Amino acid sequence: MADLNKCTIAELSEKLASGECTSVDIVNDVLASIDANDGKVGAYLTLDREDALAQAEAADEKRVAGSTLPMLGIPVAIKDLLNVKGQPCTCSSKILEGYIAPYDATVISKLREAGAIMLGRVNMDEFAMGSSTESSALGKTSNPWNFDHVPGGSSGGSAACVSADEAIASLGSDTGGSIRQPAAFCGCVGVKPTYGRVSRYGLTAFASSLDQIGPITKSVKDSAILLETLCGYDPMDSSSIDMDVPAFGKNLTDDASLAGMKLGLPKEFFVEGMDPEVEKSVRDAVEHCKSLGAEIVDVSLPNAKYAIAVYYIIATAEASANLARFDGIRYGMRIDGKDPADLYAKTRSAGFGQEVKRRIILGTYVLSSGYYDAYYKKAQKVRTLVRNDFTEAFKQCDAILAPVTPTPAYKKGEKTDDPLKMYLDDILTTPTNLAGNCALSLPCGFASNGMPIGLQIIGDDFQEETILKVGHAYEQSTEWHKARPSL
Amino acid sequence: MPEKHDGMDVGYVAKLACIDLTDEEKTLFQGQLDQVLNYVEQLNELDVSNVEPTAHAIPIYNVLRKDEVGSSLNHADVIANAPSAADGHIRVPKIIDQ
Repeated sequence: MADLNKCTIAELSEKLASGECTSVDIVNDVLASIDANDGKVGAYLTLDREDALAQAEAADEKRVAGSTLPMLGIPVAIKDLLNVKGQPCTCSSKILEGYIAPYDATVISKLREAGAIMLGRVNMDEFAMGSSTESSALGKTSNPWNFDHVPGGSSGGSAACVSADEAIASLGSDTGGSIRQPAAFCGCVGVKPTYGRVSRYGLTAFASSLDQIGPITKSVKDSAILLETLCGYDPMDSSSIDMDVPAFGKNLTDDASLAGMKLGLPKEFFVEGMDPEVEKSVRDAVEHCKSLGAEIVDVSLPNAKYAIAVYYIIATAEASANLARFDGIRYGMRIDGKDPADLYAKTRSAGFGQEVKRRIILGTYVLSSGYYDAYYKKAQKVRTLVRNDFTEAFKQCDAILAPVTPTPAYKKGEKTDDPLKMYLDDILTTPTNLAGNCALSLPCGFASNGMPIGLQIIGDDFQEETILKVGHAYEQSTEWHKARPSL
Repeated sequence: MPEKHDGMDVGYVAKLACIDLTDEEKTLFQGQLDQVLNYVEQLNELDVSNVEPTAHAIPIYNVLRKDEVGSSLNHADVIANAPSAADGHIRVPKIIDQ
């Protein structure tokens, strides 16, 4: 075995182009790694080996015929809330057991057009509601760096499979940090694009004004390559933005200089109760960026501290409306009742897990008559303040540096009984979802217990190129992203 | 937002959302959601009377499309997902008694 599963997209593209390996070789190595390790990691929910190998054979034939598509022959794991035609799409929920997607999400069509192979479906928090993948009704996923620890969430399977070299790259979705936080917990790179960059058509909606699909990869360069294939206007998503997509991958130059760049440091993001090892790693990374030529400036995001309160009103409100479609009528589980209302209630009570029920109830409450203005509208107003803070900050800097999470990955079961405690961990990631701008997470160190630590690089609206440039420069001159868990 | 929230009747709100809770769930969620409502009360510190609400972070307006016939999902694939179907239709419980 040539360990092709351990390579990056950029490395494999070179090997494929030179004829050093085939896509079938890559898929075989990835499948072997899944066989060897996924019993412990638990990233995958479903995997169609024959289909993956058939796609690889087709990719190899295309290459022989002269195709040089950007993702040709590269296997990508898919978070279980994206529709891939002919495959299950359960959102890690019992209520969608048996559902077979009748169409491809736009990002899947784009991946196919770019030549990628749809590998398998990976675990997540049920309907993306959670920060540890522990709310999945269908399986347990472990952090590859220590199986007693959570992989983060909600895209826990997407991060764990990339970290364990059980995939070359994966797709996740980020509503309040669900790409960046698991990427940080598992030592991967993850990007939440600007809202509207990537079409949400075919993504099972959690909170429609916050959700964005993005890549989880082994390097910043790979995130740039994969992101480029995902972006673009889509008439099927009226919130997608009609603007040119830069050549994110090609535009990354290999000089590691940050000369002329201003990077902002928000004092509010070094929150009380932050793990000192996380703070030290992030401050060291800031110093490193300074040594690469960046000017570090203090910026302030005074309303970011309200982001959790705002987020858990807006996200649950939108979720309560979005999840009304799961009623046992058109797809998924049905438990019969004496009339339609009885059927809905029986199906939803049996089909949804506790975290999903909790959030639907909270969302229903904040939208209910007499409480709408007090909670929902107020939260929307504070959302404006959070966004205004970023607008002001980006007048003073090109990008913002911050931690991703207050602590490294914690042990399983540590926060499952205390939802508020779990919610508070999203304090450093939710502001960006509320404001709509983009952010990237990449490895910047390890805690003394061996768990990875992430650095967050936050950009202004549609400034993905800037955060990729900063991340790439940092990565070129550090070794953190090369470390791999021993499985 | 009320200065001090008057407490959510979890069982009642769950009914609005078409979810039946067990007694254990009611007790558990009542405590947990009261805690969350206590937490969000911090928004009362802010005077937002002159602030416009944000429903959508990246402002775009009047998204229209041409009124043209396009393709739609394959009927058989969609019906195949229905828990109960007959003659190309989704079967549901009786809604109106004769």
